[in-house]
Amino acid sequence: MTRALTILQAITEALDQKMAEDERVLLLGEDIATNGGVFRATDGLLDKYGAKRVVDTPLAESGIIGSAIGLALNGMIPVAEIQFLAFIFPGLEQLVAHAARMRSRTRGQFGVPLVIRTPYGAGIRGPELHSESVEAFFAHTPGLKVVVPSNPYDAKGLLVSAMEDPDPVVFLEPTRIYRAFRADVPEPLYRVPLGQAQVVREGEDLSIFAWGAMLRVALKAAEQMEQEKGWRCEVIDLRTLYPLDRDAIVSSVQKTGRAMVVHEAHRTAGLGAEIISLINDEALLYLRAPVKRITGFDVPVPLFSVEDEYLPTESRIKQGIAETILF
Amino acid sequence: MPNITQSTLKLTRDEAVHLLHQMWLVRFFDEKVDEFFARGLIHGTTHLCVGQEATAVGACAVLRPMDKITSTHRGHGHCIAKGADPKRMMAELFGRETGYCKGKGGSMHIADLEKGNLGANGIVGGGIPLATGAALTSKMKQLGYVVLCFFGDGAANEGSFHEGLNLASIWKLPVVFFCENNQYGMSGSVKEMFNIENIADRAKAYGIPGAVIDGNDIVQVMDTVETAVQRARDGHGPTLIEAKTYRWKGHSKSDARKYRTREEEQAWRARDPIARFRALLLEEGLLDVGTMDEIEREAAREIEDAVAYAESSPMPALESILDDVYA
Repeated sequence: MTRALTILQAITEALDQKMAEDERVLLLGEDIATNGGVFRATDGLLDKYGAKRVVDTPLAESGIIGSAIGLALNGMIPVAEIQFLAFIFPGLEQLVAHAARMRSRTRGQFGVPLVIRTPYGAGIRGPELHSESVEAFFAHTPGLKVVVPSNPYDAKGLLVSAMEDPDPVVFLEPTRIYRAFRADVPEPLYRVPLGQAQVVREGEDLSIFAWGAMLRVALKAAEQMEQEKGWRCEVIDLRTLYPLDRDAIVSSVQKTGRAMVVHEAHRTAGLGAEIISLINDEALLYLRAPVKRITGFDVPVPLFSVEDEYLPTESRIKQGIAETILF
Repeated sequence: MPNITQSTLKLTRDEAVHLLHQMWLVRFFDEKVDEFFARGLIHGTTHLCVGQEATAVGACAVLRPMDKITSTHRGHGHCIAKGADPKRMMAELFGRETGYCKGKGGSMHIADLEKGNLGANGIVGGGIPLATGAALTSKMKQLGYVVLCFFGDGAANEGSFHEGLNLASIWKLPVVFFCENNQYGMSGSVKEMFNIENIADRAKAYGIPGAVIDGNDIVQVMDTVETAVQRARDGHGPTLIEAKTYRWKGHSKSDARKYRTREEEQAWRARDPIARFRALLLEEGLLDVGTMDEIEREAAREIEDAVAYAESSPMPALESILDDVYA
């Protein structure tokens, strides 16, 4: 049976079903129990699983992530919530210096099967630290996996896979589309494998790579370009940012001969640069135009007054498509 | 809940007028902000300090203009009390170019170097080490100013609290750590997040004096802060003050206040710091009712003016999106 759920509901369901199935799974974070989380992602789970498995913590991000490591090392499966992505910074030491390296440091003796869930991204009129999109920090850290769903089906399936993964996963939840739309989600537990991109729209003229909240913006731009110009863009949802689905990226570019990356993160040293480098390595001779990046700017996310101009828009993407195809 | 006590009064009439006026400014400012959020005229998030006027106004009242403060995410009161112009503050919340951060910082990032306000802070505990550094500057350069560091109960469990207080203590810095314990870090009750009765009990661990006071008694706030500031100015190092108080509103605009009872809220409303100060002034014969009512009306008018100023100010220019990231 499927129901139409939001991304947020799909996430709650994934946590709920996994907690029901596996008693090693527990949640910890700020305001996640009594309040059910700032965005209500853990709403109802305290009543169902009790305060031992849905744990309200003090404001102590280093403590939250560090405790999660200790739990994970000893047979538990902690899912830590960091209230907003930028609140993770006091906990980066635990995440980057310990969680990510434990397996390598112990030469494979210890794994850290933890998940860090955190709302991220702009477009909700939050101030700068509530709108960050710094996924590249984590993708740059060997030992971490980085996952971003763009729709309810993937949100549930990817989160289940993240909880079953033997290594630490940073699971980024795009706040802008938490409740923006509903889509069919099967009721039983299912998995969407990590590390696999998905072709959301097929095309022959240009490959657009996007993730999270930008996926739908890119898709709309692609649809409009087909109507307006007859250009058929292929749109690929990367879904996992580390490890990247290199084959999906390369084979699409080999087919279309043109490529574009859309991300709301800052431009410099963003993941777009990595993807372009991959295309250079693997598909240079197929390219008919330079690979285009449509990104946020190299500034902290500004307040609502100019926030919409910070984010990549359909019109910026369409302009980029035209420049690339007409190159 | 601390006992209702009222300290002895040693204020001049002018000082009483100033303090009452400031308390009303803080209250009306935040009530207006609350209203505009509800009406969708201000976006993002904001944290209101209605009910906490005595801590902000009382603590800043004993500072000299040269002294500095660091503020928090719940910082409108601190900013007003340290001399910020409500017009420019309201303009900032409206995202207008005339705001303190040119309309790009918002509620949680108001800073005013001219008045010694080193800034509100979107990260809980973020201001504590910063205050320590500001105090270190004062000591190294013999500048004579004292830093008053506002933070909340939630911040006292962040690592930055420990690091900041220890540094300030070993270096004997001219800083006063002023904890506004409003009983909840978002939904986290101090009863659950601490295993001690008073946060100021931790002062002992840093080898500095600690004081627990009624934060809704402005005179007690002033007396205690004055002693701590004098100690700091005399070169004897920091003090940790804990003022017990209460925020009347939710943590932020999206808070259903599931974690506390309406009875508890009523009990604290009965301890209204403004009503108590009024009663004291009347009892001491310093101000009559008519004068106090006029002070209230005048403050209300100023906030109306601030709103009008904000509404008639321009939005930031689109080109300004790239400004001010680097010198």
